[in-house]
Amino acid sequence: MSVTESLQINVNGETRRVSAGASIAQMLGELGLSPERVAVERNLEIVPRSTLGEVRVADGDAFEIVHFVGGG
Amino acid sequence: MNAPQQMSADSWTVAGRTFTSRLIVGTGKYKNFEENAAAVEASGAEIVTVAVRRVNIADPSQPMLTDFIDPKRYTYLPNTAGCFTADEAIRTLRLAREAGGWSLVKLEVLGEAKTLYPDMRETLKATEVLVKEGFQPMVYCVDDPIAAKQLEEAGAVAIMPLGAPIGSGLGIQNQVTIRLIVEGANVPVLVDAGVGTASDAAVAMELGCDGVLMNTAIAEAKDPVLMARAMKAAVEAGRMAYLAGRMGKRRYADPSSPLAGLI
Repeated sequence: MSVTESLQINVNGETRRVSAGASIAQMLGELGLSPERVAVERNLEIVPRSTLGEVRVADGDAFEIVHFVGGG
Repeated sequence: MNAPQQMSADSWTVAGRTFTSRLIVGTGKYKNFEENAAAVEASGAEIVTVAVRRVNIADPSQPMLTDFIDPKRYTYLPNTAGCFTADEAIRTLRLAREAGGWSLVKLEVLGEAKTLYPDMRETLKATEVLVKEGFQPMVYCVDDPIAAKQLEEAGAVAIMPLGAPIGSGLGIQNQVTIRLIVEGANVPVLVDAGVGTASDAAVAMELGCDGVLMNTAIAEAKDPVLMARAMKAAVEAGRMAYLAGRMGKRRYADPSSPLAGLI
């Protein structure tokens, strides 16, 4: 994949690249994550799980991807 | 209800959900997921608290809490541990609602790292916003009957005063204020934080609390699974003692054997 065919994004504070035109669901797949186990915030806005397959990743997007961990 | 034979029917309801276990346990600080799952099982808890954190994108195949503690069997109660402002807590819970799909959450907004004491100004602010957004927040708070009232008026579905600082294991420091909160509340009251051992949990229940939430007392016990069983028994014992109605206290002795017929 050449650089021109990918987008630069920020995921959980780290810089990553993702295929141009990818949906958020596809981005999660490229990161090895399954959409039903995480919640996604894009540029400080929640992305509803039902729309992860439709919303396209844009160059420069900042994502927070979280899940449940042990806590009190 | 005060007849012992009705104990089997004893339950409590928060935000329309009914539970029979009055013990809520955390899922932090365990050595591993297996021990955590075994302790939760032994505690009999139906609700477990969980935190919301970034996924590890460097190693997404790591085992996850949900692999060991089934969210279909246990009610996951997402918390806002580590949040020091209303905005951080609200942001965290919006993500939690999206991750879990439900709106029953535990709100805690901390004031400082040393004591982890709640910041009540931010807590009240966050409660108001969350309720407007349709959340059902169970709210960690100071053991202050007035603050508890204000949270209830703001729409908190449960009031969760600390017994002592989070993770301190010091036990319930002010039984008077906990009892006043219980007396004044129209929503469930649960002691959240400060329990160190079984007797502390029993004290909370004897004061009339609807439940107890704890993490460290079980997780940091030498045998967490045994302590989880102890806590289950203590919460049940304390509840039964509360329902039974304890005897009055006397300043001096009162013999239990008859004085009449002494040789």
